Amino acid sequence: MSTEQPSDVPPVMEPAPVSPPPEDFLLRLYVTGVTPRSARAIANIKQICEEHLEGHYALEVVDLYQQPQLGRGEQIIAAPTLIKELPLPLRRIIGDLSSTERVLVGLDLRRKD
Amino acid sequence: MTPPRAQLPKSPTGIQGLDEITGGGLPTGRPTLVCGSAGCGKTLLAMEFLVRGATQYHEPGVFMTFEETGEELTANVASLGFDLDDLIAHGQLALDFVFIERSEIEETGEFDLEGLFIRLGYAIDTIGAKRVVLDTVESLFAGLPNPIILRAELRRLFRWLKDKGVTAIITGERGDGQLTRQGLEEYVSDCVIVLDHRVSNLICTRRLRVVKYRGSTHGTNEYPFLIDEDGISVLPITSLGLQQVVSTEQVSTGIPRLDAMLSGAGYYRGSSILVSGTAGTGKSSLAGHFAVAACQRGERVLYFAFEESASQIMRNLRSIGIDLEPWVRQGLLQFEATRPTFVGLEMHLTTMHKQIAGFHPGIVIVDPLNSFINADNEAEVKAMLMRLMDFLKMRQITGFFTSLTSDASQLDHTDAAVSSLIDTWLLLLAIDAGSERNRALSILKSRGMAHSNQTREFLITAQGIELRDVYTGPGGVLTGSAREAQAAAEKATRLGAQQEIERTQRLLERRRTALDAQIAALRAEFDAQEIETLAQIEREQARAGQLALERVDMAWSRRADAPEDTGGQP
Repeated sequence: MSTEQPSDVPPVMEPAPVSPPPEDFLLRLYVTGVTPRSARAIANIKQICEEHLEGHYALEVVDLYQQPQLGRGEQIIAAPTLIKELPLPLRRIIGDLSSTERVLVGLDLRRKD
Repeated sequence: MTPPRAQLPKSPTGIQGLDEITGGGLPTGRPTLVCGSAGCGKTLLAMEFLVRGATQYHEPGVFMTFEETGEELTANVASLGFDLDDLIAHGQLALDFVFIERSEIEETGEFDLEGLFIRLGYAIDTIGAKRVVLDTVESLFAGLPNPIILRAELRRLFRWLKDKGVTAIITGERGDGQLTRQGLEEYVSDCVIVLDHRVSNLICTRRLRVVKYRGSTHGTNEYPFLIDEDGISVLPITSLGLQQVVSTEQVSTGIPRLDAMLSGAGYYRGSSILVSGTAGTGKSSLAGHFAVAACQRGERVLYFAFEESASQIMRNLRSIGIDLEPWVRQGLLQFEATRPTFVGLEMHLTTMHKQIAGFHPGIVIVDPLNSFINADNEAEVKAMLMRLMDFLKMRQITGFFTSLTSDASQLDHTDAAVSSLIDTWLLLLAIDAGSERNRALSILKSRGMAHSNQTREFLITAQGIELRDVYTGPGGVLTGSAREAQAAAEKATRLGAQQEIERTQRLLERRRTALDAQIAALRAEFDAQEIETLAQIEREQARAGQLALERVDMAWSRRADAPEDTGGQP
């Protein structure tokens, strides 16, 4: 959480942060109703997107209660689930997205190490 | 308190035998755990539960698979005659493949399985499902992080299934020291069924056991089951009691003289008959006679051959004048020839059950019984035979079993083991005497009838088995040449006696002739005497007459008296 150093980047040597992505991100967040957890997930992803992907992303929030038929096609099991459809490879990030570090790893914005 | 004893509502599985063990099926509206090691048939059992539910009980079902795709599943069960695509098209079945790829997933905080719930709920509501299968829900543990959350969520899932009122099967892999790897049995506690397949003596047998069934009685044993082209069939035989109805009707053995030994009419219908004997004593021939006799009465015969092929049996029996082929062609006789080692005992039993149930025979022949036995499975074989015999008796089918004994002098293990189950026991002996082997037959026992206690020699002729006349000698029944010799000796004695009688008769005749001659001689003598005597009397009379005449003449001449009016007066 405290490792936030946005865009005042020193050229290369810093551990993880990768330069802002050239491609656009297509993200879809599946939540189940208006629960605190859903709300938390939505807030978290919005914040992360704003901070790391500004202007390069499209985020869609889907309530599975409203569209239950999507669950099957998208292979949703856990909720909330954030799916990174683009860029490939596809990634599923489950949980309320409160661990920003892991979300960034999940979005391939930061390497696992 | 409900008026009569309220039974737990049950949903029939439609799986042969399983409904009998569970007393009607799985608990309605509750989840049932089906667990077992890999390849023991969990998925299949679950699928059959759904398919039978949809096709036989009008209960649509949802199959949620975590292991195989819908296409794979459809292809796998197509061999059992389940057309999943058709069921899906008619809204009777929904398949949902839950794909979890661990490498795609990143956990970033608290989560729940609400997505799965919604998905399942949607599938259930779409087709109005009454039955649900989750196969194998434990895969979630491999695919998702955080087992603590998963456990809590699974507990919630099973609760939720109950609330939904669907009858569910949850499958689980067998774990170490517990029924499932993740201890699902803690959550699904209404009904637990364990499947198992064990290899013993290179033969694998599948077994099923109902470990637990809350609120219901159930069979507690391990039941063998079979997966074949008709799906699963379980064999709940040991649940049978001794309640068979017995028949007093007797059926011919096919050998008139043997019938005569068995109180004149043969075996009882529905009884078990054991024919034991050493190699080559004619066990199969007896079976052949019995089969033909039954076919001639129009009964069906199912012949289980475990040592010879059908055509070999038919050829061999034809050589002794028993032609089975016409009956096979007419469909009255059916052969089932398999190697005993081909499958396990239970499998044999199950197969036999199925075949018997399908063919409806009046007579079942098992030739031979003891090919099942090897070193250490005697108890199992006995149990199996008991089940088979019980099953036959329940259906009033006459069971004819042959048993190969190793030594004529001592009864084989099998025989001793099954003897209490046998109603009529024929012993075929090879009597080795006078440098020849002869066959003999005796009735060791035959329950409920007055039977002959005579050991009879029999011949296997071109017309089948023929029981010979009995010749007893000082050492017992004589057989073979000894019998022939005895027969010859008896014939000589008979002949001698005959000659003696004839001689006596001739003597008597001669005496009679002599007597007659004597009588004739006496009579002749008598006749001569009679004639002589009569002549003498005549002479005397004549002389007396002459004297009287002379006296008259004299008187006349003397003129003594007036002449009387007597004869001769001129």
